[in-house]
Amino acid sequence: MTAPSDALSDYVLGLGDDALVSAQRMSWWISRAPELEEDLALANIGLDQLGQARTLLAYAGEVEGTGRSEDDLAYLRDDRDFRNVWLVERPQTDFGVAMARLLVFSTYQCELYAALASSTDATLAGIAGKAVKEVAYHRDHARLWTLRLGDGTTESHARMQVALEGEWPHVEELFAPVEGALVDPQSLRSAVLSRVEEVVVEATLSVPQVSPAIGGGRRGLHTEHLGHLLAEMQDLHRSHPGVTW
Amino acid sequence: MSGAWKIAADVLDPELPVVTIADLGILRDVTEDDQGRVHVQITPTYSGCPAMETISEDLVEALTAAGYQHVDVEFVLAPAWTTDWMTEEAKAKLTAYGVAPPGQVSLTLSVRCPQCGSLDTRESSRFGSTACKSLWVCGSCREPFDHFKAH
Repeated sequence: MTAPSDALSDYVLGLGDDALVSAQRMSWWISRAPELEEDLALANIGLDQLGQARTLLAYAGEVEGTGRSEDDLAYLRDDRDFRNVWLVERPQTDFGVAMARLLVFSTYQCELYAALASSTDATLAGIAGKAVKEVAYHRDHARLWTLRLGDGTTESHARMQVALEGEWPHVEELFAPVEGALVDPQSLRSAVLSRVEEVVVEATLSVPQVSPAIGGGRRGLHTEHLGHLLAEMQDLHRSHPGVTW
Repeated sequence: MSGAWKIAADVLDPELPVVTIADLGILRDVTEDDQGRVHVQITPTYSGCPAMETISEDLVEALTAAGYQHVDVEFVLAPAWTTDWMTEEAKAKLTAYGVAPPGQVSLTLSVRCPQCGSLDTRESSRFGSTACKSLWVCGSCREPFDHFKAH
């Protein structure tokens, strides 16, 4: 039996890690986006997610009560201690994949933060109330690209469909039960799926019919990709402990 | 209004150095206790706004220079910042600076060009040089400009 404060810090850690790992993946696109405006867009989206991650991790550390700061949590944990879902940790070096994933993830975050904004936990409600406006803008961005690519050329349509098929198995993990959750992930499922599917259909794409992947990120079980991501993200901090700009 | 509030209110936004943090609604509260210790509350425009650290340092510097020995700055998230807190004066200053202020989209379905005043403008990028801005271009004078997004 986990103590309530441990369960809460673990839950908040999961939310923070989702945002942090997604931000790190998003930053890969800087200088690689198909056009300059998109470079700015993805950098800004990543920055919003990083900002959310910072406040969430700082709060997780506070609830945990061991004095770990946001930096300690971001840079000094190993992959088995990360609580993010698999959706966000896999590489996204195809633009269609990046947009398909952002559509799913931002829609999930919209529903999650909207629900958390009226949570009884004042700190989480404050973080969520701030973040919900940001992720709504991300969702709008992903929606516009999904429409443009899905309802675009034969090539862009085919690649967007492949992207959706690849992301879809990892959607269910977002709704897996989590101890200490202030918003039951399962309660977000139908709204998230229907809002994503609405865009998919409008983009003349098909809703994938695939089985869910196993997942396990909330328990610290990850794909091999997370280790590589962390190696890059944590290298500077670990090589130069206590370094400041 | 306390002396400390006046000093804090004059700190400029580092990204838009024509408007103060009070103009933008970023400065939420300044309290001064009987020992002369000052507690300042500021709120970010966006969760990841990188200007917050600079604003915090600028506040400490300005208040310390004015003789306040103990200054601490707290970041508050709730209630969430909105462009509704921006003063009319701030919007006028932004326009003069070449940044279209928020609030005009819903009224006219277009953003007025801060250069020539034309409404023949279009969004060229939904994201701009900072998280709080988008990029627009004017069809009349052909100049690109930043728009402070309604948020």
